[in-house]
Amino acid sequence: MSASWVAHLESQLPAIQVVAPMLTAPVCVLLRRSRAAWMLAMTVTLGSLLTSLLMLRHVLLHGALSYQMGGWAPPWGIELRIEVLNAFVLVIVSGISSVVLSAAPGSLPKEVPEERHYLFYAAFLLCMTGLLGMTSAGDVFNVFVFLEISSLSSYTLVALGPSRRALVAAFRYLIVGTMGGTFLLLGIGMLYMMTGTLNIVDLGIRLVEVQGDRTLLVALACVVVGTSIKLALFPLGLWLPNAYTFAPAEVSAFLAATATKVSYYVLARFLFLIFGVSLAFDRLHFDHVLLPMALVAMFVGSLVAIFQTDLKRLLAYSSLAQVGYMVLGLALANRSGLTGGIVHLFNHALMKSGLFLVLAAVVLRLGATRLQDVRGLGRQMPWTMAAFVVGGLSLIGVPLTAGFVSKWYLVQGALESGRPLVAALILGSSLLAVVYVWRVVEEIYFQPAPEGRQVAEAPLGLLVPIWLLIGGTVVFGIFGSATADVARQAADLLLQGPPVGPALGGSP
Amino acid sequence: MNPVFWQTVWGLLPYWLVIVLMMIGLHVVMTKPNLIKKIIGLNVFQTGVIMFYITLGKVDGGTAPIFGSGGDEVVYSNPVPHVLMLTAIVVGIATTSLALALVVRLHEAYGTIEEDQIRRLEGDEV
Amino acid sequence: MTPGMAILWAVLGPLGAAVLVRLLDRWPNLREAASLLVGGGVFAVVAGVLTPRVMAGERPRLEILDILPGVTLAFEVEPLGMIFGLVASGLWVVTTLFAIGYMRGHNEIHQTRFYVCFALAIFGALGVAFAANVFTLFVFYELITLSTYPLVTHHGTAKAKAAGRTYLGVLMGTSIAFLLLALVWTHQLAGGTDFVIGGILTGKASDDMLMLLLALYAFGTAKAALMPFHRWLPAAMVAPTPVSALLHAVAVVKAGVFTILKVVVYIFGLDLLQETGASQWLTWVAATTLLLASVVAIQQDNLKRRLAYSTISQLAYIVLCAALATPYAIVGGASHIAMHAMGKITLFFCAGAIFVEAHKTEISNMRGLGRRMPFTMMAFLVGSASVIGIPPFGGGVSKVMLMMGTAEAGPNYVMLGVYALSSLLAIGYLMPVVFNGFYGITVVEEENRVEKNQPLRDVVNDLRRAPFLVGPPVLTALGCIALAVGQLFFFDLLSVFFP
Repeated sequence: MSASWVAHLESQLPAIQVVAPMLTAPVCVLLRRSRAAWMLAMTVTLGSLLTSLLMLRHVLLHGALSYQMGGWAPPWGIELRIEVLNAFVLVIVSGISSVVLSAAPGSLPKEVPEERHYLFYAAFLLCMTGLLGMTSAGDVFNVFVFLEISSLSSYTLVALGPSRRALVAAFRYLIVGTMGGTFLLLGIGMLYMMTGTLNIVDLGIRLVEVQGDRTLLVALACVVVGTSIKLALFPLGLWLPNAYTFAPAEVSAFLAATATKVSYYVLARFLFLIFGVSLAFDRLHFDHVLLPMALVAMFVGSLVAIFQTDLKRLLAYSSLAQVGYMVLGLALANRSGLTGGIVHLFNHALMKSGLFLVLAAVVLRLGATRLQDVRGLGRQMPWTMAAFVVGGLSLIGVPLTAGFVSKWYLVQGALESGRPLVAALILGSSLLAVVYVWRVVEEIYFQPAPEGRQVAEAPLGLLVPIWLLIGGTVVFGIFGSATADVARQAADLLLQGPPVGPALGGSP
Repeated sequence: MNPVFWQTVWGLLPYWLVIVLMMIGLHVVMTKPNLIKKIIGLNVFQTGVIMFYITLGKVDGGTAPIFGSGGDEVVYSNPVPHVLMLTAIVVGIATTSLALALVVRLHEAYGTIEEDQIRRLEGDEV
Repeated sequence: MTPGMAILWAVLGPLGAAVLVRLLDRWPNLREAASLLVGGGVFAVVAGVLTPRVMAGERPRLEILDILPGVTLAFEVEPLGMIFGLVASGLWVVTTLFAIGYMRGHNEIHQTRFYVCFALAIFGALGVAFAANVFTLFVFYELITLSTYPLVTHHGTAKAKAAGRTYLGVLMGTSIAFLLLALVWTHQLAGGTDFVIGGILTGKASDDMLMLLLALYAFGTAKAALMPFHRWLPAAMVAPTPVSALLHAVAVVKAGVFTILKVVVYIFGLDLLQETGASQWLTWVAATTLLLASVVAIQQDNLKRRLAYSTISQLAYIVLCAALATPYAIVGGASHIAMHAMGKITLFFCAGAIFVEAHKTEISNMRGLGRRMPFTMMAFLVGSASVIGIPPFGGGVSKVMLMMGTAEAGPNYVMLGVYALSSLLAIGYLMPVVFNGFYGITVVEEENRVEKNQPLRDVVNDLRRAPFLVGPPVLTALGCIALAVGQLFFFDLLSVFFP
């Protein structure tokens, strides 16, 4: 009796995961009180972490988990489908969201007026709904819908920033983001036109039979443009620096760790599980587009980061570069390269959210994050600044930090695919990271603090989440096998490509 | 008239119209400094895609897909794209309302809704 | 003590010292005592436990963990690493003694940070020495760079920061751009990066690839200061002298040449390089560096800068040995690591003592200094003789080995000419310091027109006045003499390389 009850609950998990934050968001609005809203949001976020862990366990033990909304069978009904790869993405998203959210009461008061906190928590939950939904949706149209849910709420989150320029950044983000969403919708329409289905598994089966390259290529291009905007792949990601700079640091930490990562997963899913390597790369040669874009992103992002005088903006441009690394992994389309890209998805989420939380602590104490503001902070906020250094080293890819693991696989992937030049470029762009990280380190440790500035160390409520994330980069740098193994399994799944077999539900 | 030309222009006419709509929208978004006009452009752009879906649903000689309204040999139009577009329109409305709300806030903060003027004000406060 | 444990103690000792020093921040005497004690302990472990085993032909091995599948953090002690480990741990103790005298005599700031970073750098050096594969070596190589950076920028002045930027930029830049690439490439080609005698690349790569890979290794280890990546070494001279002494004459630079030697012997393999001639070009690069650096050294008036360029040229000797890739050359290079270390650290100690006691940094101002600081100057003389390679001092023997190695590779008169010329140049840039010191007339004397025939009138016992400052150079000078006598030990240790 109880066993069947557990099994029944387990089969409901995918729906709970998405619906719970969606339903609690309005409750947050009703609660109004900052503390109460936070506690509710925290409970739900931890709940979705638990849910995703349970689903991961289920998926690893029993295989894919499928939930049919309203009991309609795919390909007609709406399906939520959890497989190994997206189960991991779900764990990452909900895990890092929990850590970042736990820092909110410590960091928000300085940047967001108390009476708007409940709106922040509501938008946060909605954004998480969208991201979790994007990851678990089993059909491409719902990927679009969830993408819009997460986008709309992230525009709101950005607009919560303290300066009025946050509004401009949010508006620009909205225009570009909606464009991206619409392109994705167009691409999905073309896929539907060619195959008559929207279900991802079904699409993968049917798409290889489609004759003629032109429509396929246009559809692929539309989809890639749409996801790349959300993913912030240069030059489609130029909304990102302003959005991350003017959003509250807490929001930047959240978005940097989750939004781009989920979009990356969606892109990977389209490229490998819907189109498949043989179609997207061997037949349509899409790597010829993706590879240069990734390389350009790596270099432009890092180069521009070097010249920034605001730390938030510096990290934002560094994000553009790091997205380049991740996409490079996709473009290499071999085992090591993909492993590198996927492992970097996780590692970068850890380090970037940690670094942005460090900036949240700096904002809390100093009210600004310009380079000249952090002078001599190494003595006044030793633990916070040490976290920045470790995170920075991980961005560079120093061994025994998580960044090294990603770079190792990416370089190996480039060499395996017979592109030593790309391998050299990956490392060359790491040098740029040395420059922009060290500019900051020099200011922090080797410049005297301004006369008379008295700054206390960040509160424990911030330090603990910061060191959870930054400590994670060290732990996963030393025990890199753990993440690398998982990433390699995921890479193998992606390389297997779309399923082969009879289409679901017969011919359209 | 060249038959290939004929087929490209007339046979694909709905698609051409969609492309024209999208391009008009894109053009407005990119060139107009007025934020409200940008939003309108965005809407036009989205409408283009919505029209695209609607054309997908059209089946030659098909009637409205109401179950039981005809015999077995009646051809129905495909209802799925219409259903999808209902959702897309809802998304579009949400986007538009959020964008308008932002414009209101921008107007409060900057006293203008012209992008070039906002940019000038931004430049002063770097 | 099992050999595995001995490795662990030896490597973790300096790390423990770093922690201890940080904890003892408030009690300077205890802090320095801890540093000394741990240093002595580490040296005892390396010399007492590990050396006899390696001499007996054992290869103690210790695996820590797999960072990535197939990429292991592991240690293994073999003769080359044994020498480097002995040098680094032994000289750490002496340098700590000197640092006590120097840092206190000079009232330096941030002394705790100094000792912490110092211990971390030694931690890195021992890690490099005992690394069992290129990956482990790379990890500790980077650790050395990072831990010595605060030492270079120690004073926090604009000049120090600029030097720090060059330092970090060159060392980290080359290691990430080239060395890491070489590491991944090796892993990719050979399926691993373990150091195996005879190399792991035989039959795995074409000749051109070998050449490129060697270039990546040679230029990737900028710590070897091969031109054109040598700029960081003169820049690093802004650091306090103990740093220049141990790190920029011993630990850091030797880590660089040691890496090249080790890669040549254990990754490429001497036979492979001989067959393919992939290392031919490197001999010429090294020879060029050798001569150019010597010429530049002669022109320097600042003593530390002159010593820095001298180091660059002496390092090129060792790289040259590696590039020749013959058994004798390798033995010569390995023993030169020890010989040069002992000699050069003596010279730097002297430079530091002169700076603290007489406040002189320029050679032209040191005339007549030998009468005020006779012990220091005598030590300088012995160190110079050892670095130049005047027999019977240690440097002479390693140079003989080098020449035999060259001959082994085939008659090469140009190269032999280079050696002769460079030795002359070395005399040219080191000996004047000594001659001026003893026989020169101080500026004051000249101004006062004092009688010239009373050279030894104002002799002072500098050793008694500042034992911590002058003791260490005297000690290492004695060490130079001891090495000259005990060279056979090295050949015993390195005998495995002889055919």
